[in-house]
Order: sequence, then structure tokens, then C-alpha cells
Amino acid sequence: MKHFINIIADPIFSFPIFSLLFFAMIKWYRVVGTKKFAWIFLAISVPVTVWFLADPQFIKIILWPDNIPINILVILIVFLTWFPLYKAAENDKRLEQGLEPVEALPENREKVWAWPNLVYTELFAIIAGTIFLVVWAIIFKAPLEEPANPTWAPNPAKAPWYFLGLQEMLVYFDPWMAGVVLPGLIVVGLIAIPYLDTNPKGNGYYCFQDRKFAITGFLYGWLVLWIYLIIVGTFLRGPNWTFYGPFEYWDFHKVVAEYNVNLSEFLWLKWLNTSMPKNIFVREALGIALTFAYLIGLPFISLKTKFGKDLLEKVGTMRYYIVIFLVISMGSLPIKMVLRWLFSLKYIVALPEIELNL
Amino acid sequence: MAKQQLNRREFFSFLTVGWVAFTAATAGLLSLAFRFSYPNVNFEPEMEFLAGGPSEFEAGVDERYKNGFGVWMVKQDGKLFALSNICTHLGCIPSWMPAEKKFKCPCHGSGYYMSGINFEGPAPRPLERYKVSLTPEGKIRVDKTKVYRYEKGEWNNPNSFISV
Ligand code: FES
Repeated sequence: MKHFINIIADPIFSFPIFSLLFFAMIKWYRVVGTKKFAWIFLAISVPVTVWFLADPQFIKIILWPDNIPINILVILIVFLTWFPLYKAAENDKRLEQGLEPVEALPENREKVWAWPNLVYTELFAIIAGTIFLVVWAIIFKAPLEEPANPTWAPNPAKAPWYFLGLQEMLVYFDPWMAGVVLPGLIVVGLIAIPYLDTNPKGNGYYCFQDRKFAITGFLYGWLVLWIYLIIVGTFLRGPNWTFYGPFEYWDFHKVVAEYNVNLSEFLWLKWLNTSMPKNIFVREALGIALTFAYLIGLPFISLKTKFGKDLLEKVGTMRYYIVIFLVISMGSLPIKMVLRWLFSLKYIVALPEIELNL
Repeated sequence: MAKQQLNRREFFSFLTVGWVAFTAATAGLLSLAFRFSYPNVNFEPEMEFLAGGPSEFEAGVDERYKNGFGVWMVKQDGKLFALSNICTHLGCIPSWMPAEKKFKCPCHGSGYYMSGINFEGPAPRPLERYKVSLTPEGKIRVDKTKVYRYEKGEWNNPNSFISV
């Protein structure tokens, strides 16, 4: 059993599994979003967690001071994902019956003063938060390391926990992409959401039916492409950034045979059986063409589908292209991950001469 | 109750003292903050150093100059060259794994052969080599200000290695 879990925890398996679970959760959100489901989930997960914790290797990783916040995060995320789904399922049922959402009921529309109601709550939250941090700081010592040295790096060298998703992304991308372009797009995209989302439904109340695309798209990026990658980067990456299962000893010498090949090498050396052309742009022609097709062709193709037409009609041309562009850039991450696993593909466009690799 | 009144002159001298004190305090605080942004210990490896005679090296990777200068001296196929220890992906420091005969980066798992050629992980290009030359006394001088990059075809440059 432990061996089996070690194997399926490998991103090659766990990423598709996690994605499938995510879409199942979205599809059957009315089942997931019930109190009964939550209790059953809790009843199952407690013994499973205890069984996991009984393993010396697993508990060692869990209790590593750097990783404590992520344990807290995982538990919080599970609850904070379930709770809106529960609320949304409740409201969607009411809306279907022609009732107003729970938030619009008279007893929920009652207004209170910010002072003292809100300010008092905030004060207590601040005090509780401070106490929590102080206690935490006393119990777990700060994991300080030796002074920085430009000729030596700890192994594994891990970013702060909130950046581990980015670090995991860097395994599949050039630093320019995963370090600058994609994080920049994430930030810009998040800022742009209020301007892109013109759907007036769901304002002030939870719902899912009326905002399917928005909720699914956002949650996929958040849960699968961010939280999942943080979990992998934290718990499943050991020395040399090699994958280690949750029960696997972090053996420094674990060797994973891996030989990554660029798309241009596939094309010229393997498929056409010639040598690489001298001109770097001819060499990467296929990759460049594919990139353009992906970035420019896809928005037009999606216009042909019903989904694209609906979206265009609802939000207008400009917003449509921005939304599609953001979705496409988000999609580049899972695409590159899968290509790496299936074909050991390193870069689709590899131009190290001018520091451009996609 | 007789309130003591400031006359105009007194008011302005109070104001001046107040402003001078405020400016001084702010300037002091800012200079402290500025000083704080500089590290207390700053170890920068030398850009140029002497690395013994060519006869001192055995075939394979020599790690003696790695911690002090950030350079691996590698002797392979009749060539002795100085390999940079900075990963070409995002600049971490890979470690030499003698059993596996490769350099492996702890940050995202890039792997390099002994020659510096990248073969696994996300590193887009091979490790860089530095300029090496022989001094009149027969010592090797490594000059890190001049780098030679494989993908630009610079590893054939006679300055990038010493024939042994
Ligand atoms: S910095 Fe070496 S693999 Fe990313």
C-alpha cells in the first residue's frame, strides 16, 4: 500500500488524478457541497491521516519547521473550498425553485454598525492572530541556516513555501517564463478579473450555476496549478529536486534517468535524420510556428465553438481576446508538464543564444 | 487663567528647532535603514586566481577551487578547463556527484555531464567555461571575467582550455 502511494504521488500520476478529482468535484458540486459529504469526508480523512502520520519518514517531513504553514494551509484550503460549494449548492437549489438566495432573506439583510460590531471583531482577530504567532514562534524554532555563500547552495534548495509552486513551475520552464512572464500574467490577470467579468449574477450571494466558467477557471488555476504545485514542491521534492514519495527516504543518491530533448532536436535529428541547421531561426521554425498557432490560432478556433460564441457575445471582442489569452497562458503550464512527462520534451522553442526558451 | 502667549520671534525659533530635530531624526532613521540593506559580511570570490600547475590535476573533476572561487577544474580528453559552478537555469550552485559522474542542481534538478553539457532538467544551455592561461612560472591563471559558451561555439577557442 505504501509503495503504491509512493508511486501514484509522482506528479506524472498525481497531476492527472488531482485534475480529474477537481473536475469531478465541480461536476458533482451538489454532492460535495452537503454537510453529509463533509462529515463522511472528515470521518474518512482522520484515520487516513493518522495512518500517514504513523510513518516515520512522513512525519519527519510534515514536522519540518518550514512545512508547518503548508500543513495549516492544506487543511484551511480543504475547508475553504468546501464551504462556498456548500453555500452555492444551497442557493442554486433555492434559485431553481424560484426562491431568492439565502443572503437575500429578510433576516440576513439586517444591517449593523461598523462600530462596534466590525471593529470589535477585528480587534479580537488581531489579538488572536498575534497570540497564535507568538505561540508558534516559541514552539517551532526559526529554521535559520548558515550565512549566504555564493559558491555553495543547500540541497534541496527550497524557496519560501508560498513560492514553491513557482519553483515547481520552473522545472518545466525557462526562468524568464516561469520567473517573470507567467507570474506577471497571474498578477495582471487577477487584477483584471473585475474588469473582465461583466456577469452581474452572483453579486452578494454564493452560486455556481450562473458563473460556471468563471468559478471553474479560477479554481482550476488556484487549486491545481498553484496549491497542488506547492504541495508537490514542499512534501515530494527532496535533494536535487528529485521526486520522493511521501513514505520514501530522502536518499541523496536516488537517480532518476532523465534525458530531456528540445523540439528542434526531435525534428531535425530524429524525424528528418539530418543535422541541425546553422541558422537558429530555421532550426526552431517548427516550435515558433506551433507557438504562434497556439497563441493566435486558438482564439480564432475557439470562436467557432459554441462556448467561444457565447463568451464573445456576453463580454465583447476586446474582453474576449484578453480572457482567451489569459486562459491560454494558464493552459501552457499543464501542457508543458504533460509533454515533459510523455516525451521528455524540454523546450518547444529553444534559443539559448538569445536567452529565449519557451 | 492667564495663558502664556508666544510672540512671533519665539514662535519661529520653536518652529525652527522643531523642524531641525524632525529632519535630523528622519535622516538618521533613513541612513540606518540604508545601512541595513547592505550585508554585514560580503564574500565575493576573486575574479582571477592561480590554480597550481597543470601536472597537479588528475583526470576528472577537481573541487579544490569550487568553494573559494566558484570554479571546477576539469581534466577530460587531454583538455584542462575551468568550469563555472553557476547553473545556467536560474543561477543556483549545482553539486558534483562523483558516483553518478554528473553535476546536479539542487533547485530544479538540472543535470550536467562532466564536460558541462546539460542533459536533464530545465537548464537551457551548458555551464560556462572561463578563460585559462599559463603563467611564465607554469601555473594556471583562471580569468573569470571572460566566459566561453558552448552554444556559441566558443569551446574551441584555444583560450578556453589548456592541452595536457
Ligand atoms: S537553477 Fe539550476 S535547475 Fe534551476
